[in-house]
Order: sequence, then structure tokens, then C-alpha cells
Amino acid sequence: MMLRLAPALIVILLVAPILAGLAMALLPAFGYLPVLGGDSLSLAPWRALFAEPGLWRSVAISLASGLIATAVSLAVVLLYLATATGSRLDRWIRRLVSPLLSIPHAAAAFGLAFLIAPSGLIARLASPELTGWERPPDLLIVQDPWGLSLIAGLVIKEVPFLLLMSLAVLPQLDAERRIAMARSLGYRPTLAWWKVVAPSLYPLIRLPVFAVIAYASSVVDVAMILGPTLPPTLAVSILGWFSDPDLDKRFLASAGAILQLGVTATALAIWWGLERLVARLRDAWIARGGRCRGETGLHVAGKGWILLITVIAFAGIGGLAIHSVAGFWRFPDALPDNVTTSHWVRSLPSLAGPVASTALIAVVSTLLALALTLATLESEQRSGGATTRALWLLYLPLIVPQIAFLFGLVVVMEQLGISPTHALVAFGHLLFVLPYVFLSLSEAYRRFDPRWSRLALTLGASCNGVFWRVRLPMLLAPILTAMAVGLAVSIGQYLPTQLLGAGRVTTVTTEAVSLAAGGNRRMIGVWALVQACLPLLGFVIAIGLPKLLWSRRRDMQGAP
Amino acid sequence: MNVTHRLELRDICIQLGDHVLVALDTEIGPGEVLTVMGPSGSGKSTLLAYLAGFLAPEFRAKGQVLLDGHDVSSLPAERRGLGLLFQDPLLFPHLSVSGNLRFGMPQASTDKAARVEKALANIGLTGFGDRDPATLSGGQKARVALMRLLLSAPCAVLLDEPFSKLDTHLRHEMRRLVFDRLRQAGLPSLLVTHDAEDAEDAGGRVIDLSH
Repeated sequence: MMLRLAPALIVILLVAPILAGLAMALLPAFGYLPVLGGDSLSLAPWRALFAEPGLWRSVAISLASGLIATAVSLAVVLLYLATATGSRLDRWIRRLVSPLLSIPHAAAAFGLAFLIAPSGLIARLASPELTGWERPPDLLIVQDPWGLSLIAGLVIKEVPFLLLMSLAVLPQLDAERRIAMARSLGYRPTLAWWKVVAPSLYPLIRLPVFAVIAYASSVVDVAMILGPTLPPTLAVSILGWFSDPDLDKRFLASAGAILQLGVTATALAIWWGLERLVARLRDAWIARGGRCRGETGLHVAGKGWILLITVIAFAGIGGLAIHSVAGFWRFPDALPDNVTTSHWVRSLPSLAGPVASTALIAVVSTLLALALTLATLESEQRSGGATTRALWLLYLPLIVPQIAFLFGLVVVMEQLGISPTHALVAFGHLLFVLPYVFLSLSEAYRRFDPRWSRLALTLGASCNGVFWRVRLPMLLAPILTAMAVGLAVSIGQYLPTQLLGAGRVTTVTTEAVSLAAGGNRRMIGVWALVQACLPLLGFVIAIGLPKLLWSRRRDMQGAP
Repeated sequence: MNVTHRLELRDICIQLGDHVLVALDTEIGPGEVLTVMGPSGSGKSTLLAYLAGFLAPEFRAKGQVLLDGHDVSSLPAERRGLGLLFQDPLLFPHLSVSGNLRFGMPQASTDKAARVEKALANIGLTGFGDRDPATLSGGQKARVALMRLLLSAPCAVLLDEPFSKLDTHLRHEMRRLVFDRLRQAGLPSLLVTHDAEDAEDAGGRVIDLSH
């Protein structure tokens, strides 16, 4: 009975807060919020919003960085997949890219900042021999007004995401046979991939691509670290207005939140138009039937870009580590004069609380998400494998910009008299953890050979017995992986923690991001490194535990 | 295992849309093996799915499945008392060999360990209890799967081409073992296959669905 309610429960849990949040952003955006004395509808918040200096520049940067970061990430992933042949280099790249997915956005952004800043590692390595710089140049590289470093920071994180999403669906396409067929018709291998595999792959990763656009056009934490400042991106501006001690600014912030919704919707619409255009060009290109031209270029680009991005991401994490133990470090020197543990020793007392909060919130939201996911998938199995249609709503929290509905949600919670606690933050995280846990587990669960459960039933096991004694243990590895993904998503959340916690719930992520303004690199190094390592712990357990448990069961070793 | 069982299939008719796939009216006595033959697509797997309780919702089925006189066609699969032997041995990869054998044993049964030991000795696998099923040979796996079925004390058995994936030299030996044991246990069995040799070795009546 309870099981049958699970899909409906998931849908309500995800949709209700988003709708309530959007409604409570929409009303104040038109001046209605009785608590703050707004009891009639007006356009005043919008007039105030449009009077903000630099607003349109903020909007343009949000829109452009969202679209460009997505286009570049998608291009890098497709270029790589087109040349991937399962060689040793390819396996090596894949193994390196997967852990990148677990690194929180903020930590990756700090890593990149430490690398490319005027006094960063790259400048140090090249100075003074190549550049002639004896002191850090006066260049605005990080937080550049065009948002280029912001785009770079987003690409580093979105490439692993889109790559893993693509790798998950590729087996359905039987790419090898398609390419073999095209090659037998005279096409060079990389071109063959672009012409016979890519057109079928794209529709399968379209929703994740949309999620990337929505995320990149409305991100807050990465934009606070790498994005422009005068003016910042729209999402960062909105957060500023919302946190303003002048409560009247909340009306302005609400109008901004609705504008952000429009900006993200516009970005999606532009992308949709680009899809049409690219599809036309592609059809013409395929119809022309060229078999060799462009092969070499495509082939070289395929490995080059993804390697560059992977190396940058890891170098960034390395940079965090060096900074966290750096003693005195003169500018053009590539390495610090001495190594010290003092930054760590000094941070330890203040680390304990936020680490505990982070872990608690992550574990609670992940366990809830896992229970709901398993209940939904199990009820699907028992009702004969019919998937609930409404489950596309799972993507809603990934497509609607966080900043657009979280304010409204905070207002709703204030009105309901629910105080900002760890439980409320964990509930907020659940909105984003649940979709990822579901998406990473559903494939394995639905593809699980139905003969196992039939066999178990004919041997007399009950439906519950089949779940506990057969499905759960046999799917242990994907379940643990889904949990690790859930933990990573929760650990990386900045905005829900900041807003729903009202500053009273501090996690490693909120602390690290708040250090960005201070610019103390040693401290940032410590906190960002802790933030990057926490999710890895989950993945180590997810990979290690099944190996340990099933060390004497050979057929449980591989991926199920 | 000396109780005798009887499986009656009364006016079974399975349809896909308006097309009648299988129509059958017969009964299988204790220790008897009835073979249902037919090429792929003839509906023989659908018949098994229906009897075992896994019929896909797009099919419509009428008729009664009587096991020892009781109609089981409305019971869920786990309470029908019908054992199933698949093409693959399907030993649970997360359990040991004896874990697999224990899986289907009725919970009330006493001296489980002793019965598992006896069953292993019975198929020439004494001392294999703690082994990982993945380390067994194809023939050994098939024998464990058969024993697991028998230990679950079914009242009748459905066989879904259980020999088709075995090597030729094992096939004959395995057929003899399976049919002997089923007969000894006095179980009515229904075998679906497309292999005429299976039917021959089973030695019972044959219903050909291709006619």
C-alpha cells in the first residue's frame, strides 16, 4: 500500500515546494507581501529593478555564460566521444574524469582561480623566464568583466557531468556496429561517429543538457568566486538584494527572481532555436556524403580538449593543497619556501562544526532520497514495470533556477513558522538530491533481469523477500553509487543551505564560499580542499564496500 | 517427497488481441512429463508465463489451472507451488552454493544444513557448499539449480528449455538426471522446447503447438 503511494509522494515533494516558492516570489515581485507592508499589487518593484545600475549587463552575462558554457562543454564531450575507441588513453581519461564529477563546484572554482590568477600557479611557472614579470601583473583575469573565467569554471564541472550522462546511454545505441557499417561505406572513423552516432545520442542527453543551461545561467557560488563583480551576474545580484538589511529590497529581489526565471527560460528557448539550426546544417552535411574531410582535425581536438580540462581541474585541486600548507611564498617562485601545517592546525577547531553539519545534512537527505527512490522503483516492478509518467517532473528542480524559487520557499517557511534548522536545510537539499539519486539508480533497477525475481518467487519467496534477499544485495553496487552521488550533490549545495539555514546552519560549502570575499588564500586552500575531499569519501566507500563484501563472489565483482 | 501430485489444465486459452496463441486442455499425472513443442513465437513461453503467474498484461487468458484439485490461477506466483527451471541455471551470484540451495527451502523445515549436505552428495558435489557459484562448471551449475528446485518442495514443475544452453555432451546426461529426479519425486512436469530430442528423452506425451 505504502509503496503504491511512493511515486505520488515524490512528485508532491518536488513540485509543491517549487510551485509554492515561485508563487511567493511572484506575489512580492508585484508588491504583495503583507508581512512587509505590501498589501496592494503594484509595478514598483519592477521599476526599482530596472533602475538598478548595470542590470542589463548582469542579465547579458548570465545569459551568455549559461549558453556558452553549455555549448563548450557539450562540444568537448562529443569531440572526445567521437574519438574514443576504448584504448588505454581513453580508459585512463574516463577514470580521471569520474572523480571530477564529485568535486563541488565551489572547490573546482577556487582551484581554477588559484591557477589562473595573476599571482597563480601558471603565472608563477612562466615567470620570470617567459613573461618577464617580477611581480604579479595588474590584470583582471579572475572575475573578468566578460565572465570568461566564470565560463571556464563552469566548463570544468559540466564536462564530467555530460560525459557520464552520455556514457550511461551510449550502450543503447550499439555505436560500434553503426560505425563499422559506416566505415564499410567508406567513412573515416571519427566522421562516421559524428554522422551516424551523434544524431541519435543527442536526443538521449537533451534533458541533462537543459539542466546544464539552467544551472549555468543561474549559478551563485561559482559566480561569486569567478564571475564579474561590477556588476555581478543576475543571480549574485539577487542574492545581494535579498540579504540586504533593508527589508524593502526583498520586493526588488523577488522581481529579480522572476526576471532570472525569464533569463533561464530565454536561454533554453535560444538553445532550442540553435538545436533546430544545427540539425538543419547537420542534415545537409550528412547528405553531402563527405567521407574524409575534417577527420584529422576532429580527431586531434577530441583528445586534446578533454585532457586539457582534466589536467586543469586536477592542477587546481593540487593548487588548493599547496596553498593550504604554504609558508612564505614570494611571487615568481613556483613553490613556497617552506611547508607549514599551521593553517590546518588553526582551522581544525572551526572545521569540526561545519563538517559535522555537512555530513549530517548530506546523510539525512540522501537516506530519505534513497528510501523514496527505492519505494518508487520497487512499486514500478510490482505493478508490472509500468513507469509513472509524471516522473519527468523529477527534472523540475534541475531546470527551474534555484534562486527563482528558493526565496519564495524561505518566505513560505517563515509564514508557516518553521525555523531554520538542520532539518529544514536537509529538506531543501532533498529537492536536489532526490532527482540525482533517482536518475543514477533507475537505469540499473529497471534493467535488472526480471528472471531473478521470477525465480525467487517460484522458489516461494514473497515480494518483500525478493526485494530484501535478491534485488537489494544484487544491486548493492549501484545503490551505493547512487548514495555517493546524493552525498556529493548535498555537500556541494550552497544556495539552499545559505537561504533555508538563514546563516544559522553553516556547512563546509557556505564557509568556503564566504571566504572568497576575504581573499586569504591559505584559508581558502584548507576549506576548499576539505570540501573537495568529503564527497570523495562517499565514492571510496561506494567502490570499496562491494569489493570487500563480495570478495568471494566473482560474478558480483563487475558492474551488474 | 512421496506425496503424489496432479496438474490439470482446463480449457486454457491465451489470446493476444484477437489472435489465439495457445489453446490447451490436458492433465499431467504424478511423475509424468508432458512436452509442449513448437518453434519460437508459437506461444510456448507465454503458456509457461501464464502457468507460473507472470503473464504480461497485454495477453488475455482464460481457463483453470488445477493443482491437486485446487484452482491456483488466481494466486500470486509465490503461492502457486509451481517450480520453474530456466534456460540458464541462474544461481544467485551473491549467495554461496549452499545459500542457493537453502533459498527455496520452506522456512519451517528443520535440519536444513543436513538436507543441503545430502542434496550436494546426491548430485556428486559433496563439499561444494561454501563455494562461489561462479567457480562451478556449466554442468555443476545446472545440477545445483535442479537441486534448488527440488528442495523448494514444489507440487509441479515447469521446464523452460532447460537444456538448450548446455554443451551437447552434457545435454543427454542432464536430461536423464532431471527427468529421473522429477519422476522419483512424483512431480507432474511440463516441458516446453523446440528440440525434438528433449521430447524423446522425456518419454511422455508430446503436444505440438505448430499444428
